[in-house]
Amino acid sequence: MLAVEHLFKRFGGFTAVSDVSFHVEQGEILGLIGPNGSGKSTIFNMLAGAFAPTAGSIRFEGRELAGLMPHRIVHMGIGRTFQIPRPFRRLSILENAALAGYYGQEHVTRTEAWEAAEEALEMVGLPTDPRAETSSLGAAGLKKLELAKALATKPRLLLADESLGGLDDSEMDQAADMLGKIRAEKGITVIWVEHIMGVLMRVVDRVMVLDHGEKISEGSPSEVANDPRVIEVYLGTDTIDTGAAADA
Amino acid sequence: MNSVTLPVAFAALLVVAAIVGIPSYPLHIMIVILIWAFTYTGWSLMGRFGLVSLGHGAFMGLGAYATALLWNYAGMTPWLGIPIALALAALLAVIVGYPCFKFRITGHYFALVTLALTEVVRQTVIATRDHTGGSLGFTPTPRGNDDTPSIVALQFQDKETWFLIAVAVWLVGLLIWRAVDRSMVRHALDAVSEDEDSAAAAGINVTWEKLKITVLSAVMTAFGGAMYVQYQLFVAPDTVSGIGISLQIVFAVVAGGVFTQFGPTFGAIITLLLAELLRIYIGTDAVGLDNAIYGVALVLFIVFLPKGILGSIEDAVRRRLDRQVRSSATSGA
Repeated sequence: MLAVEHLFKRFGGFTAVSDVSFHVEQGEILGLIGPNGSGKSTIFNMLAGAFAPTAGSIRFEGRELAGLMPHRIVHMGIGRTFQIPRPFRRLSILENAALAGYYGQEHVTRTEAWEAAEEALEMVGLPTDPRAETSSLGAAGLKKLELAKALATKPRLLLADESLGGLDDSEMDQAADMLGKIRAEKGITVIWVEHIMGVLMRVVDRVMVLDHGEKISEGSPSEVANDPRVIEVYLGTDTIDTGAAADA
Repeated sequence: MNSVTLPVAFAALLVVAAIVGIPSYPLHIMIVILIWAFTYTGWSLMGRFGLVSLGHGAFMGLGAYATALLWNYAGMTPWLGIPIALALAALLAVIVGYPCFKFRITGHYFALVTLALTEVVRQTVIATRDHTGGSLGFTPTPRGNDDTPSIVALQFQDKETWFLIAVAVWLVGLLIWRAVDRSMVRHALDAVSEDEDSAAAAGINVTWEKLKITVLSAVMTAFGGAMYVQYQLFVAPDTVSGIGISLQIVFAVVAGGVFTQFGPTFGAIITLLLAELLRIYIGTDAVGLDNAIYGVALVLFIVFLPKGILGSIEDAVRRRLDRQVRSSATSGA
């Protein structure tokens, strides 16, 4: 579905992403992990069109999307969330999702956009009441809205950016289950970028690990958790232990 | 408040008043207010989305001068001259707007770019004084009484005709405002004004949406300029272009209310009455006093009454109605 080949991104003299290739199969959940500064957010932003790659190709369903504007990538069927939720405060919750439904798909009527919005809000468990304001939402609610906005664009591939930062344990579990549910019910393929490995390992099919802009490991959660290079990178953090133990 | 019936009702009332008869001076004031109100409405279409242009004098000047110059030097009827002027204003809006939006020049920086633009137009008018009359101003050639019909020259002796034109133009402005207000474009631009990245992630073509509203706003403002010169039969760089007039536009809309349909009209009433009062009571002793007042008042409004006078009144009325509805609901139950 998605094939990334020899992707590079340089900022001045700094190489943030160096020769990374990977692919994503239809219907899978791919976890993208790595320590801070490992280049995972940079890859994410290139997939979403926020940055143009310095070199390399990104093919989605056979079409090249490297260097396209973000809104074009949304129209091609790739939705994204932001690490820190970015709701539109001047709009109601429903209007937030409806806006994404209207502009995120090509050739839709307002009615269809509103239907897509209601469906997306129901999916994530937010109110579809037109009067509900974003100010009524807490951290978990704003993350859900972020997800609903992405879903309202009717994506075939969802890019979820560190969706769980700032949540407590039960909220984290709920959110992880949500991504599983989105895949199961809507057949949406997911790339999930995350710091927190434990809960990620429970849901994803495959994991790709980055360090210093390079791919150091890729495979099933248990394979990756036992990879000496991954253990070396994550040494001293306890997240790897819980993740590996839970899965192995 | 229904946003169609109310403007139409107002317009009908004004037309009836004109037929019944209004003395010449109040009629003149009302014509000028209506033409300015249209221009201000054009500015507010951008301003409400945080696209604060300090350069709308450029579009107004372009509309006025292009129409008048084409009439004087090419003998072109305003019926053709105005569309050409509007096309030029749209082109200028694209030339200035596209790079700004593409390279994300927003907020204060955008305001500064537009501020430069209005001075460029003013200075251009002054520099080409052989054709434009420079800072002394420019007078469209009056039509010959015999050969050119009024309608072709778009010059009318009687104020009643101009009044009807002004009411129609103003009404169209309010209806354009309403069309934008009810469209998805409004939601999209509200979103863009808050967070361009997040808007783009919702599938909005940020550059294109901003460009569209800028062109619409510029074309309306240029049309206001064309109406102004056709009515006054005189135009000077300082009355339609330059920082002074651009500041006046911003002040009027902010004072009236940038988020409400009649806000710009209310702003036009305030600025025009202020200008007339200063003219009558102070005269030429303090040239530029109006601009100084606009500047100070603008700061005060932005700090203390950001929704403007009319916007704040509407808010207060709405809150009161809400309370009444709620209290009657509780007492009924």
